[in-house]
Amino acid sequence: MAMLEVTKLGISFGGLRAVDDLSMEIEKGGLVGLIGPNGAGKTTVFNMLTGVYRPTDGGIRLGGENLIGKKPHEICKMGVARTFQNIRLFGKLSVLDNVKVGLHNEVTYSLVESVLHLGSYGKKERAMDEKVLDILKVFGLEGKADVLASNLPYGQQRKLEIARALATDPKLLLLDEPAAGMNPNETGELMETIKLVREKYGVTILLIEHDMKLVTGICEYLYVLNFGKLLAEGTPKEVLNNPEVITAYLGE
Amino acid sequence: MKKTKNLLTAGRRDYLISFGIVILAFAVVQTMILTGNITSSLKGQLVPICAYIVMAVSLNLTVGILGELSLGHAGFMSVGAFAGIVVTTSLADVIPFAPLRLALAMIVGGLLAAVAGVIIGVPVLRLKGDYLAIVTLAFGEIIKNIVNVLYIGRDAKGLHVSLLEPKFELAEGGKMIINGPMGVSGVAKLSTFTSGFVLILITLFLVLNLIHSRTGRAIMSVRDNSIAAESVGISVTRYKLLAFVISAAFAGMAGTLYAMNFSTVTAAKFDFNTSILVLVFVVLGGLGNIWGSIIAATLLTVLPELLRAVRDYRMLIYAILLIAMMLFNNSKLKVRLMEKRAAKRDSKLNKEAD
Repeated sequence: MAMLEVTKLGISFGGLRAVDDLSMEIEKGGLVGLIGPNGAGKTTVFNMLTGVYRPTDGGIRLGGENLIGKKPHEICKMGVARTFQNIRLFGKLSVLDNVKVGLHNEVTYSLVESVLHLGSYGKKERAMDEKVLDILKVFGLEGKADVLASNLPYGQQRKLEIARALATDPKLLLLDEPAAGMNPNETGELMETIKLVREKYGVTILLIEHDMKLVTGICEYLYVLNFGKLLAEGTPKEVLNNPEVITAYLGE
Repeated sequence: MKKTKNLLTAGRRDYLISFGIVILAFAVVQTMILTGNITSSLKGQLVPICAYIVMAVSLNLTVGILGELSLGHAGFMSVGAFAGIVVTTSLADVIPFAPLRLALAMIVGGLLAAVAGVIIGVPVLRLKGDYLAIVTLAFGEIIKNIVNVLYIGRDAKGLHVSLLEPKFELAEGGKMIINGPMGVSGVAKLSTFTSGFVLILITLFLVLNLIHSRTGRAIMSVRDNSIAAESVGISVTRYKLLAFVISAAFAGMAGTLYAMNFSTVTAAKFDFNTSILVLVFVVLGGLGNIWGSIIAATLLTVLPELLRAVRDYRMLIYAILLIAMMLFNNSKLKVRLMEKRAAKRDSKLNKEAD
């Protein structure tokens, strides 16, 4: 059974049909790309997968469980984590605390233990610190643990977002333009990191990206959206040689 | 491992400064009292200062840590004040030991204020920014007006409560506790400087612990970016409400402390001006900065007494100060200062790393 099953997904905002009749299937451990020209509805798909928008019709199942109608924080607990196109970090918290917030439902203790700092507080906090430093090491951020997130350079902010998403121990990781604003070197480095993350954490990845080098370099399968509809799907080679896709991107 | 140690000390700094200030101030004032070096006007201000410090710390939880503007914090103070008075008056014969009676009154006052926090918070916390401010402002006024028409009396048969007019007849030996717009008079003065000091210590301990915990991080993540907070599995509504209610509970306890310091208390004392006054403490002390709130609350309560000559202009000066702070916070000067500080810190970190 597929990890993520999207069937005939659609959403309307008033009279605008932003996404229509979209079906996707992603196997466990897959690394799949969602591409398409600007305004095709890619981020809207992410917002429906994470419960930010409620689809008008269609179904979403994660490992057989229905996601429609669930709140964003519930969907996260079920195993979907994401990053954002316009970076959304907790700016006034340190890098360490940003990722610790991601561990909120992974390492827990009660409110009473919170306000009294008794019971398992110390043990759990130390366990969190270690887990966080492990994750930060993957992204080369371990030396920045006590820097405020808003003071990080842009590229590292993008990485921190992925680190925070990983901390929630997701089954499915959604990356919204992870390479946006990066130079070719940084993009290359990011590709390696994404591969490493998939191997180390055994997570299924769906990513939106405009950088074709990244998409063709690491994605095994692609879905192409245009005007909210599925235009094509297949391996990167098939898709990029598809005349309809070329037309959608470059015009006639 | 060295890095995590540094982080712990960074968190501990808040504790050290906050508790340091409070304990030092307490010691100084106690010596002043013992040696008789304290003016009677300042002595009269001691308990109100303690109450205002607790108010400021608790409002900082809503405004600085949760990031939502509340303009009705005095409403919760009022709930705690009058609930506390009813408790202490009712228990006067049962529990003769004053500190215990005060503590019980504070717990009840805090709990009732927390209940008020839930009632107001559930519908209101869906709103954001200006709208939330407007509704909390209205809440403060509503509480004031309810207490203004509240009559509570007590006789051998127990408590009698009515609104608008005293509809009950008290039996022989009965006593009115809250008398509508006349408020309460003849309250036993149970609050002492020491009890205020203890309440501050408890508040600081609980609030600082909360901030440096899983719950506190969740609350601050909601403040910094609620959409991202939801995306990592944090229930925004739950943590907003939690912070708001805890904040209300401490305001209630501060209210009890405050009320038990005066023989006469009326609802008009806990009006919009008081809410704004506490907000000024929080903004001036720094949003999210707990020890800043303590200092601001103390200075701004003592200063008007010292500057009696310009008393009429107090609210005017507050307004100007608030505007000046806001301008400064958005100014290039502040940005430059912050950059300098960050650069210094970075170079220090780099040196340590080498």
